[in-house]
Amino acid sequence: MRTPLFVVACLLVGAAIFGAAIGLGNDYIFFAGYVVLQYVVLSTAWNILGGYCGYVNFGSAAFFALGAYSTVAIYKLIGDNELPHVVPIPALMLIGGLVSGVVGLGMGYLTLRMRGAFFAIATLALAVVLETLVVNWDFVGGSRGAYILRPENVPVIGNYVRYLFLVMLVLAVAALAIARLIEHSRLGYGFATIRDDELAAEASGVPTLRLKLIATTISGALMGMAGAPFPYYISYLQPDSTFGLDYAVNSIAMPLIGGTTSWIGPLVGAVLLGSLQQIVTVTISSAVNLLIVGFLLVAFVIVAPNGIIGLIHTYLQRKPEDFVGRRRHIEADAPGTVP
Amino acid sequence: MFSLDLLINAIVSGILIGGFYAAVTSGISLSFGILDIVNIAHPGFVILGSYVAYILNISFGLDPILTAIVMTPAFFVLGAGIYQIYYVSFEKRGQESLRGLAFFFGLLFITEVTLVLYFGVDYRYVEASYIGPTWHFGYVDVPLRILVPCLVSLLLITVLQLILSRTFIGRAIMAVAQDQQALRLMAVDPIRIKRIAFGISIATAALAGAFLIIIQPVEPSVGRQYIGRVFAICVLGGMGSLPGTVIAAMLVGVVESLTSTFYGPSWAPAVSFGFLLLALAVRPAGLLGR
Amino acid sequence: MSAADVGAATNLLEVQNLGKRFGGFVALENIALSVPAGERLGLIGPNGSGKSTLVNCICGTLRNEQGSVRFAGQPLDGLPAHQRTRLGLARSFQLPRPFVSLNLVDNIRIPLLYTVEARGTRYAKADVETRCHDLLREVGLEGKARHLPRDLTQVEMRKLELARAMASEPKLLIADEAMAGLTHSEIEEILALLVRLNEHGVTVILIEHIMRAVMSFSRRLVVLVSGRKMADGRPDEVMRDPEVERAYLGQ
Repeated sequence: MRTPLFVVACLLVGAAIFGAAIGLGNDYIFFAGYVVLQYVVLSTAWNILGGYCGYVNFGSAAFFALGAYSTVAIYKLIGDNELPHVVPIPALMLIGGLVSGVVGLGMGYLTLRMRGAFFAIATLALAVVLETLVVNWDFVGGSRGAYILRPENVPVIGNYVRYLFLVMLVLAVAALAIARLIEHSRLGYGFATIRDDELAAEASGVPTLRLKLIATTISGALMGMAGAPFPYYISYLQPDSTFGLDYAVNSIAMPLIGGTTSWIGPLVGAVLLGSLQQIVTVTISSAVNLLIVGFLLVAFVIVAPNGIIGLIHTYLQRKPEDFVGRRRHIEADAPGTVP
Repeated sequence: MFSLDLLINAIVSGILIGGFYAAVTSGISLSFGILDIVNIAHPGFVILGSYVAYILNISFGLDPILTAIVMTPAFFVLGAGIYQIYYVSFEKRGQESLRGLAFFFGLLFITEVTLVLYFGVDYRYVEASYIGPTWHFGYVDVPLRILVPCLVSLLLITVLQLILSRTFIGRAIMAVAQDQQALRLMAVDPIRIKRIAFGISIATAALAGAFLIIIQPVEPSVGRQYIGRVFAICVLGGMGSLPGTVIAAMLVGVVESLTSTFYGPSWAPAVSFGFLLLALAVRPAGLLGR
Repeated sequence: MSAADVGAATNLLEVQNLGKRFGGFVALENIALSVPAGERLGLIGPNGSGKSTLVNCICGTLRNEQGSVRFAGQPLDGLPAHQRTRLGLARSFQLPRPFVSLNLVDNIRIPLLYTVEARGTRYAKADVETRCHDLLREVGLEGKARHLPRDLTQVEMRKLELARAMASEPKLLIADEAMAGLTHSEIEEILALLVRLNEHGVTVILIEHIMRAVMSFSRRLVVLVSGRKMADGRPDEVMRDPEVERAYLGQ
């Protein structure tokens, strides 16, 4: 299926979802749905660097927060109520994406010459350093946080939350389309070689550093775009929750649980895990929520390394190459098999 | 304002805290520096150790350091068990770079959240005779609650170093990092050696945890601050050299202390993590074969 | 320009005074090698003599501290491995390093996509596919085209290694112990393949322990012992050299 067709199909599905949500009448659907869609973007973005290239980024929260704080900075610069009229959300997203993309590029340049394990730790360090910088930057509120006033209404759609939901829906479609496009392109092959054997990739002519930088930039930019509308969603932005490790663990857990080899995995992981978390947070507690994520992550990583997609393959007993996507990262399914 | 006694005190407390940091990092020196396992959950086990010391302290009034020593076998077994799972699930399949990391990340979360669910987010502290008093040397203040853990930490490091250099197991551990094949030829199972080493690594966490809760009140998310610290110290200290770890730990401790004293504590997290970035950028180890 | 300069200018590969250390261990010392285009060079030496290290330094996988490498007149110092491959330098790895999550066709496709196309040649999609299958057929792996590397035997993986190196359409191919473990007829097959390549203009450096193969293939033989070049000349002359006998064969 060619990309434009895919995008149209997704948008149609998205429109259907939007319509159904309106039909249900309860605005909470939009609140919860926004978070799930946000995670679709974050997981898909993480997977471009993590699943496709094999480089684990623990600092997803930092890119997300940078997007959010770019919005806050512009908000403070232009002044309260004028903002949505002067700089609409899609523009904020582009700005947030640009900021995070540039930081992603910079981070990549600093860290991508390191072996995988060192890279992962470096991303964690970078996230904390960025958080500390933001916490100490009083212009955006520092540790006190920042209040963002939401405008009352938006033309056509009405309710502002519905508007945010719609914007995130479009971003999610864009993220999925980008991931899918990469997968089926020469870039996707290059990423796979980086994941499998960087030395051999270089010897085969793959410019590994350049590709890795592309991956970190795209990944960071998408995460920043997901973060840009967040201040409007949450109204009160605090650094420690915005930079929270919860974003890091979710953006890692969702692709690993869904399946890292194709764009479907992060989607499945985000929708399932995201919805589960919304339900658990409301019915039980947010701490139990994180416990569940932790357990699921550990369980899947041990028992089902190819994620839910991998389990479906095994269940259907097809040869993995025949299924969606061209490249599978095949694990030995039973423990004790030596590669 | 710059004053000499503020400076001296900052340096002294930095060195003392550094001694403790070395104990926390010693586990990572073993698991990461020598065995090449990125156990990002290590601080979680340290906090677990703190809570164990806490429970035994308030229930039975036992001295935290003594309880920690008693608990080391249990933590050793825990560590050995975790390594076995890690080996079978990841190392054997060559998956340690992505899924192995995610595994430990998940463990970190599980330990932290379990503690939150069980104990809540209130700070917990222990009682012991050496926690209150402070010795004064002129204008230098040395709180015993930091001095004692520091000294015992250095003792722990010394014991570890002796184990690694003088005992058969210790030298096997050093060897397994370099040449597993040679070990096999000597009829020593490298996997068993690594299991023991990882067990020791987690056992040190029990002790480090006790030291921590003596030095400061603890709540479950305190562990996160230590992730950057321990890896920074390990890399700066030469990845597995225990003497190097001590020096690096004291260096980090002093710089953190100075930053906190003169710039305020809100900048402190950036210090250790910033050190980590510096250490990673400067160390050539880990680059693709060059 | 002196005669030496002229010679250097026309050699495809020119290695001068190459040195490589690992900490205190000297892996290579003062290696000089001139390989004219079209040569069939054999490189032999005991295990640990530095043959693979030399290959790694030439190809950019390792950085040599001393000396220089020139390829087609161009200095390679500082160039990353992928750029050297794009210039026309290809190698197979001694221990096969296939792309484990890609099937064989895709393994071969990578050099086509990233080396050949990077040079400006654009293949139509169907042609790429055909090229991949052709290369697999040349090494006898077409039957397993859709398989993953984990389904291959050790020997088949070596053939894949070679095919992948060939896929980058190199000017110089370094085959690092590609024949270990092959049967007599398989060795003949690979030798024939390398000869065909050479006849099409590819310079080949063959690193091998199988003396029969090296002697029959090489027009020139270089002997490496303990990181130093011990001999360099016609195969029959080199093998008669008493020093070579003592240092290499006598062990």
